[in-house]
Amino acid sequence: MSKIVLTVDDSRTMRDMLMLALGDAGFTVVQAVDGVHGLEVLESMAMPDVIITDINMPRMDGFGFIEGVRKSERHRATPILVLTTESDSVKKERARSAGATGWIVKPFNPDKLIDAVRRVAA
Amino acid sequence: MDPLEAIKVTFFQECEEQLSELESGLLAMEQGETDSETVNAVFRAVHSIKGGAGAFSLEPLVRFAHVFETTLDDVRAGKLAPDNNVVKVMLRAADVLADHVRAARDGGVVEEARSQELAAALEALNGAAAPASIVSEDFDDMPGLDFTPLTVSDDDGFGDDFGFTPLAAGIIDLEPEGPALRRWTVQLRPKNALYAKANETGLLLRELKRLGDIEVSIDGSELPGLAELEPEHAYLSWTIVLTTDRSQSDIQEVFEFVDGDCDLTITADQLTSSLPMMGEASIDEPFDVMALIQQARADVQAAPAAAIMAEILAAPAPAPVFAASAPSVPAPAAATATAAAGVAPDAAHGAAAQQATIRVDLDRVDRLIDLVGELVINQAMLAQRVTESGVPRSSNIAMGLDDLEHLTREIQDSVMAIRAQPVKSVFQRMPRLVREVAAMTGKQVRLVTEGEGTEVDKTVIERLTDPITHMIRNAIDHGLERPEVRVAAGKGPEGTVRLSAAHRSGRIVIEVSDDGKGIDRPRVRQIAIDKGLIEVDSNLSDEDVDNLIFMPGFSTASSVSDISGRGVGMDVVKRSIQGLGGRIAITSRPGQGSTFTLSLPLTLAVLDGMVVSVCDHTLVAPLTAIIESLQPKAQDVRAIGPDAYVIAIRDTYTPLIDVGAMLGYRTTPLDPTKGVALLVEGEGGARAALMVDAIQGQRQVVIKSLEANYRQVEGIAAATILGDGRVALILDVDNVVAARRREKARSDAKLAAAG
Repeated sequence: MSKIVLTVDDSRTMRDMLMLALGDAGFTVVQAVDGVHGLEVLESMAMPDVIITDINMPRMDGFGFIEGVRKSERHRATPILVLTTESDSVKKERARSAGATGWIVKPFNPDKLIDAVRRVAA
Repeated sequence: MDPLEAIKVTFFQECEEQLSELESGLLAMEQGETDSETVNAVFRAVHSIKGGAGAFSLEPLVRFAHVFETTLDDVRAGKLAPDNNVVKVMLRAADVLADHVRAARDGGVVEEARSQELAAALEALNGAAAPASIVSEDFDDMPGLDFTPLTVSDDDGFGDDFGFTPLAAGIIDLEPEGPALRRWTVQLRPKNALYAKANETGLLLRELKRLGDIEVSIDGSELPGLAELEPEHAYLSWTIVLTTDRSQSDIQEVFEFVDGDCDLTITADQLTSSLPMMGEASIDEPFDVMALIQQARADVQAAPAAAIMAEILAAPAPAPVFAASAPSVPAPAAATATAAAGVAPDAAHGAAAQQATIRVDLDRVDRLIDLVGELVINQAMLAQRVTESGVPRSSNIAMGLDDLEHLTREIQDSVMAIRAQPVKSVFQRMPRLVREVAAMTGKQVRLVTEGEGTEVDKTVIERLTDPITHMIRNAIDHGLERPEVRVAAGKGPEGTVRLSAAHRSGRIVIEVSDDGKGIDRPRVRQIAIDKGLIEVDSNLSDEDVDNLIFMPGFSTASSVSDISGRGVGMDVVKRSIQGLGGRIAITSRPGQGSTFTLSLPLTLAVLDGMVVSVCDHTLVAPLTAIIESLQPKAQDVRAIGPDAYVIAIRDTYTPLIDVGAMLGYRTTPLDPTKGVALLVEGEGGARAALMVDAIQGQRQVVIKSLEANYRQVEGIAAATILGDGRVALILDVDNVVAARRREKARSDAKLAAAG
């Protein structure tokens, strides 16, 4: 059975790119468009193996989303990768202190993305 | 379509959404809405564009977006106050950003000077507030220091920064060239936080194993008794001996995500040949984290249950008692597993996102179009010669020629498609214009656009912007009323300007309409009289009056306003549209608004035509304008004046126009029963029947500009070269129909004046 990845990003472009790369690598991809939607989707979907989330999103940003996931009994042990174009350590640290497992620096190539997912997926 | 290319299309669509989001956000900020919601939305828009652009390696776009983003980040962080000046610069920057997006999409180039000017202006804003670089931020906490920190421009700050902070690592000397096996000892002591972030030691070990052979030993000596054991705390330490040819940074990269969440040391052992030093376990035994954990668990469980119970009961007694007595797991020996040969990770890099588009010099495309045009002519000539030589239509040669015609047609369509673009690129510039003009005139305006996807040749698009811009300015400045006037007139305070595009009978029709006051005909008339454009006693129909605004030197604004009056009148608009082979028409209803209709050819290159003979001349009528052709019967034709006729076609009287007479080929009208009538429809639905001597056939013709080679001729749209090498004129059907109507109006007026 293929591994399930939840991607949370407000950008359709980014969602499509993630879908393309992850789909090609044999992952099943579930998409959400912002933090609020992400938490909603998590409630109804099968346990994802990995969650990938953007940071800058409307309604609820990535930090809020990660904190929300970590508060959930069901998902708090699910690895979360944050997508970030910001290389400055401040953003990364903030994501980590919110509970992010790792990060993917945009722009990513598919190899880099899949590698990061593989690294955190059990 | 290549999936990546499809995503790129999505990206550009999204860019447009982000750009309009950006624009409305900035305009809201200009109105004083500088709450974090608005600022964040604006930031996000630029951020998203940059992110996507990075994915597609759109460098100039990324660079500009980055500068913009940096400034916005300062606003977001409260370091830069979004006052009016700042927002004004940002609005202009948004314009340039839009230009960059469109340049990236359409293969154009952004005016470098403007882009740099705005980038500099943005950077100046950063500088004024606080230097934007990370370096400077470090100094923000030291306000007493009296120096300006060096600002390092971080152009590719989003790039790969898998650089690492050195952990407590051993120092290695020169790395040997080439793959030489080396033995490393990695000591890992995870902290609670590592697990809280869903990282896993087991996965780290798995990653290490990908680098080479590993021997793992676990140290459970810190495990407390069950009573004190916090199920989610980290108690175990790991020692991994890794034999690999990879560098220290490769090893360190494994621990990138857990940096700070564990104690880690990586030390290089002596150069090794092969044998593991501590490996007493079977070499082939597969690496198994669970086995290690089981082992550790078994060790813990080995503690007598009674002792644990006693421990629990002896409540306040401090933990160390039991901890000390707990069987410690001898570090290296307890469990050692040697992994089989490391899996070589296939680093199939290189195959990065391929660019599925190429940028081509427009000249090359135009040359191709020219050549295809010649091909079409040549093919037509060949077909004609074959027909003339009496080869039967069913022969192989004739059939081969048919195939050739299809192919030629397809090549032509494909080549034209290279240049075809949706009018969206023009339409998208309008919302901003509308807002600006609305703000300047104090009017409330809503812009509605339709048919943005309508495609038209690039040359046409490029030359559409100015006329449309001018017409929209005009619609707001002259057409729409002020809110209070509108309300008094029983309308809503907000006026609507509608901009639409559609394909209609082989042309693109663009309409700009407003729901304003309509053309003030008495005033227009008076102005025309004052300026000597018409005689005081001119008898003009409403349509004629409306058309006065297209006359050179006409301007209705009593003072030359900022907006419409820039020395450019509707006459210039009309001329530029005519220059494209197009026409402009106006309809207006007092109190209800005006509509300007532009009609343009889709391409300036080819046309499906009906080739006809008129007095030994060969003319071409655009096929798209022709509804049907018929042979008039004497009883259907009625004279309605000395030289005007109508023809009854299915109970409707339609003006009958003698093309030969109109173009001056003959003076005596053709007997309608001797010729053929082409029922044509102009834009706006006006119909007329054109009398010609005979029909030769249908043909695709390549349009050659008559204007460029000769001059504009009333009633003639362009010229072409026929299969036999002769030049034929292409009829301007709309013009002919309209000319007939104008003529009729004039003669009616004369009659009225006489009577």
